[in-house]
Amino acid sequence: MIVYWLCFILFLVGLYGVITRRNLIKIAISLSIMEFSTFLFFALVGYFEGGVAPIVDPADPVKLYVDPLPQALVLTAIVIGLATTALLMAVIIRIYRKYGSLDIREIKNLRG
Amino acid sequence: MNPLIPLLVVIPLAGAFLIMILGRFIRNFNKILASVVLLLLAIISFYFLFNTGDKISVYKVGGWEAVNSIPIGIYMVVDGFTAIILCIINLIGFLSVFYSISYIAKYTSEDFFYALFCLMIAGMNGVVASGDIFNIFVFLEISSISSYALVAFGVEKQQLEASFKYQVLGGLASFLILFAIGFLYWRTKTLNIADIRTVLGSGGDRKFYLMAEIMLLTGFGLKAAIMPFHAWLPDAHSSAPSPISAMLSGVLIKAVGIYVIIRLFFNMFVISEEMAVLITALGTISMVIGVFLAIGQWDIKRLLAYHSISQMGYVVMSVGIGMILMSRGIRHEVATLAVAGGIFHLINHAAFKGLLFLNAGAIEYSTGTRDLKEMGGLAKSMPVTSATSFVASLSISGIPPFNGFFSKLIIIIAAVMAHFYLLAALAGIVSIITLASFLKFQRYAFYNKEPDKEKKEIREVPFPMLFSMIVLSIICLLLSLLVFPGIRETILTPATDILTDPSKYSTYIIGL
Amino acid sequence: MKGMTTIVKQTTKLIAGMIFMYGIYVIVHGHLTPGGGFAGGVIMAGSFILLILAYGSDFLKLLKEESGTTMYENLAMIVVLFLAVSGLLIGTHVFFLNWIPKGTVGHLVSAGILPLYNIFVGIEVAASIVTIFLALIIFKEEVSK
Repeated sequence: MIVYWLCFILFLVGLYGVITRRNLIKIAISLSIMEFSTFLFFALVGYFEGGVAPIVDPADPVKLYVDPLPQALVLTAIVIGLATTALLMAVIIRIYRKYGSLDIREIKNLRG
Repeated sequence: MNPLIPLLVVIPLAGAFLIMILGRFIRNFNKILASVVLLLLAIISFYFLFNTGDKISVYKVGGWEAVNSIPIGIYMVVDGFTAIILCIINLIGFLSVFYSISYIAKYTSEDFFYALFCLMIAGMNGVVASGDIFNIFVFLEISSISSYALVAFGVEKQQLEASFKYQVLGGLASFLILFAIGFLYWRTKTLNIADIRTVLGSGGDRKFYLMAEIMLLTGFGLKAAIMPFHAWLPDAHSSAPSPISAMLSGVLIKAVGIYVIIRLFFNMFVISEEMAVLITALGTISMVIGVFLAIGQWDIKRLLAYHSISQMGYVVMSVGIGMILMSRGIRHEVATLAVAGGIFHLINHAAFKGLLFLNAGAIEYSTGTRDLKEMGGLAKSMPVTSATSFVASLSISGIPPFNGFFSKLIIIIAAVMAHFYLLAALAGIVSIITLASFLKFQRYAFYNKEPDKEKKEIREVPFPMLFSMIVLSIICLLLSLLVFPGIRETILTPATDILTDPSKYSTYIIGL
Repeated sequence: MKGMTTIVKQTTKLIAGMIFMYGIYVIVHGHLTPGGGFAGGVIMAGSFILLILAYGSDFLKLLKEESGTTMYENLAMIVVLFLAVSGLLIGTHVFFLNWIPKGTVGHLVSAGILPLYNIFVGIEVAASIVTIFLALIIFKEEVSK
């Protein structure tokens, strides 16, 4: 039970980073921390006490396996997170070329 | 099992990758293929609209049948409500692609634009046609990432900053949604929407599901730009290229925001009164504050973006009134009327907001500016644009006989019949202020005297742009026919039946 | 971009081939051991990126590389879609059907159409990651000229 609370606290740490950091790259890294805590939570949801890894051995097929569905979902979600982070990094590089600084207080052309 | 249902996702996906391969060998291949793909999708979605009626079409991907009547495969579900949203997505997508044949000629690397557009359409089709929540998340991410890249398409300073803000807030929303999906899987051990409803219906810990509901409402509310989660919308919708603004504001916030909220809260969760009051309150706040923020704007596209927030508030408020009545278990026919008014306003808003953004793009293409104080007297030099813009402005303000009048009337009547007099009065006042704001837009852009600087040669825009605008304005007139009893029975009534009947969706799918 | 020192170049010459083979092993055994298309694709991309970083390239060669990897990515995705739709034409006409005969559990050639999916998804993921890397390097080179 304590493990699930720790996952949620990691999510809140990432959220704190997105809100209060001023450097653009630190905002991107905090977004990644939030997403990794979600993957950890998902993978822990499928665990049973005394379960083994869900790989079928042809000699001894009947055992207590942990749930393999969250593991497949986390694999998909990791690739989605990779695409999000890659696009964010590309936009940050171009912002640095146009505005000349990586401080989020300097980037306020659009207002109102 | 209708084999056309997975083709809704496969055709635009194949089209996007074919454009990237063959676009560098054959000239103009990207425009032709994108238009053909979207025309095909529009025809398929109209087939679904007129053939679905009261039954629900279920497609089991991979052929995995249910074991002990528990669904174990991936299901794709098309029912009455889905068919309406499919028509909106594909028809407005086709008109935007046709518009952008001449608009995007100003930018370089057009191949990427059409490929990303087709990917966005594929993602949105997948969100509305899927029957389990993890597939909704995957297709939501496909369409969101494509839209982040499309907002930053012409790499100017403003577009990059708007795209950055949109990406951070959109990413936050996506990971909140994933966390909530994890919560739901923990307790119910299943991912299918109908199956979760069966498990939730047999009782459980109320506080636990309240946490999952709040997280899902926050996540999808960020995607749908309801107050107080609206901060990314004015920047993103005003800095994007015009056909993309029309798609974002007219289709994306509906298909991945409002549609999923309605589907999950009506068909998956058991309706509870506190969530219904919260949703109605959020809708009312967006409606009122959105229109007050929109009055003082001088940039055309920012003005239209703030009005999007306000009109989405109408839809959410009306659906919330329906939820409150259903949770108390009284006056079922008024709840049906309120939900029908909300869905009708959703359809109407897609039509006239798309038309307004295409008009703003046409003005920017001809005059090169977006500031209202620098234009004037365009009614003589751009007659078609000015006529269609006049039609759209009358529609959004709610003047008969255009479509906005009928949907707002249904919403106000439903609020009065349910004894929520304050909400009805607020809806009326907001409508009047919307009329004032659009009269200002029309006067400054089209009917004022021309400014006294050197007169640029302002001509009418090329034919593809005119075609899309004229077709959308005809649709604005035709949509007011949806109120009449014969047409309403085939299109609107199946949608409201699925939503207002608490367990029709889940018992039908479990029984298959 | 300039390459790195001689020690790095010699080490990379020895290791890059082994990393590539390990990636292929993870992809092909995707239905027997953990891994599969995504993870194996990332490992394969790692070997290419290691070679580019250690040896350096000039600008025009990087542009030619990028058009090549983009073509691989799109072709692999079209083949995956074609395999998925081929279920609609054969057998019981269901999307994503597994229509190749499944063998015995535990052998390398078994589980129907799954190894084919793994291979093409692996090629696609590897090509995508190398394209992202090349796009960012080309932007930096283009601006600093």
